[in-house]
Amino acid sequence: MLWQDIWTVFWRDWVVLRRRLKKFIFSRMVAPLLYMVAFGWGLGRSIQVTGGSYLDFLVPGILALNSMNISFNSVTPVHSERIYHKSLEEYIIAPVIPEAFVIGKVLAAVLRGLISSAIILFLAGLFGAQLQLSALFLLVLVLNCIIFSEIGFFAAMTISTYEEMGQVNTYILLPMSFLCGTFFSVHTLPDLVRYAIQMLPLTHTSYLLRGIALSQPVALTSVIVLILYALLFFGMARWAYLRLTK
Amino acid sequence: MIKVKGLTKEFIRKGRDGKMTAKKAVDDLSFEIAQGEIFGLLGPNGAGKTTTIRMLTMQTRKTSGDIQYNGISIEKNEKAIKAMIGVVPQHINFDMDLTVGQNMELHGRLHHMDKQQRQKRIQELLHYIELEDTVNMSPRQLSGGMKRRLLIARALIHKPQILFMDEPTVALDPQVRHRIWDLIREMAAQGVTVLLTTHYIEEAEKLCNRVAIINKGKLVDIDTPASFCQQMGRYTVEWQTEEGRQFKFFDSKEEAAGFAATLDSSHIRRSNLEDVFIELTGRREGI
Repeated sequence: MLWQDIWTVFWRDWVVLRRRLKKFIFSRMVAPLLYMVAFGWGLGRSIQVTGGSYLDFLVPGILALNSMNISFNSVTPVHSERIYHKSLEEYIIAPVIPEAFVIGKVLAAVLRGLISSAIILFLAGLFGAQLQLSALFLLVLVLNCIIFSEIGFFAAMTISTYEEMGQVNTYILLPMSFLCGTFFSVHTLPDLVRYAIQMLPLTHTSYLLRGIALSQPVALTSVIVLILYALLFFGMARWAYLRLTK
Repeated sequence: MIKVKGLTKEFIRKGRDGKMTAKKAVDDLSFEIAQGEIFGLLGPNGAGKTTTIRMLTMQTRKTSGDIQYNGISIEKNEKAIKAMIGVVPQHINFDMDLTVGQNMELHGRLHHMDKQQRQKRIQELLHYIELEDTVNMSPRQLSGGMKRRLLIARALIHKPQILFMDEPTVALDPQVRHRIWDLIREMAAQGVTVLLTTHYIEEAEKLCNRVAIINKGKLVDIDTPASFCQQMGRYTVEWQTEEGRQFKFFDSKEEAAGFAATLDSSHIRRSNLEDVFIELTGRREGI
């Protein structure tokens, strides 16, 4: 029953995505294309990072921040389903396992995050980036999508207004997009700031994706940290869903 | 079939002064509903009708009391009870990103129906409510009456034994309202137990086998619409004074006529549930 329920929740999001797939793909190309033109071609030609091109350094960072944004924002429509359309009630009154609802929504967001990442990798190839891809690289991307879709789910279940949902983007995602080793190495930051930033999940994702893509050694403790974050936020997402019926 | 005992819901809210205050939305409600019965919860706005339905359908946890379906407490087998109930909400809550057919299909999938069963039932129900042509349309394209009928059809996909309807005809024109009443009667005739909330007296009077009048979260009385009127007096004399409209109830027409003769201007009519409601709740809201 758990798998059947997960599939039902996922199916609903897949039906919606399938209808808008072309629009989704084209809209997801704009931001990475601009990043690559501005930082890869423009600024990047005059910068060398750890002996390689800045484009090779940049693409894993863009993948990390983009998969974070896409997976977070893929789940946030649940907020309007809960507050405005009230269509979430259909799931609450049905004999559906609560965990299945969380997992189904997260998996649909992971799919969107991965489609978007594939688009970036394709564009990066056209721009001449040379990256090593592997199963570990994919695992890290998936973990990143899971973590941020769970955070998105938690926010959608606990925040009461659209305005406050926007503030999560402004105060949490936007600073992480720039500071978590996406555009530059965190080692250049002052110690105290660096320690704080190194605790954030996106820093571990950027570090792992870049290390794997550039064939550098990576610490597997970062993978464990991401898994622990994924478990923690799953617990929080589940709690937030169950809280709806209190 | 449904047994509710001492049902209470207390909401705790933070006031503007920062202090937490508790408010009982439903207070010690008890009643029983038999299989195939159309049971009405009648009360003015804010009486606790929707909160009661939300607790019965497990959308809101009760503070205390017991709810049993066929002798099983809701805490003991939530999933099995959810499988046997259908809910028609007060508000239109379709998934606007899906078509009418996909909304119906989602409901069938959520109730673990296989593909063949689902498709057959969706066709059957859309035909029943005369909306077969809307299957590929967005719910946004439907009129208010069509949406209400579709809400009922969606709740029936998994063949529930008990149907909860929260203000099923609110804001509908009389023609559509009568069409929905016919649907409800047909379902009850097929053995479905119906619990509906309404603040339309006429709806309760024409549809329900029994009615529970609730006011400010408390049960005022339960009876059949006819018995309520009989208890009150079968005839009503109505007249106007400076303080407003006045009523007096009589068991016979002769007694009523005798009293009316002492007044300058009055009107004699059969008593109805509205008179009972006003007498018991002292409120005219929502009527």
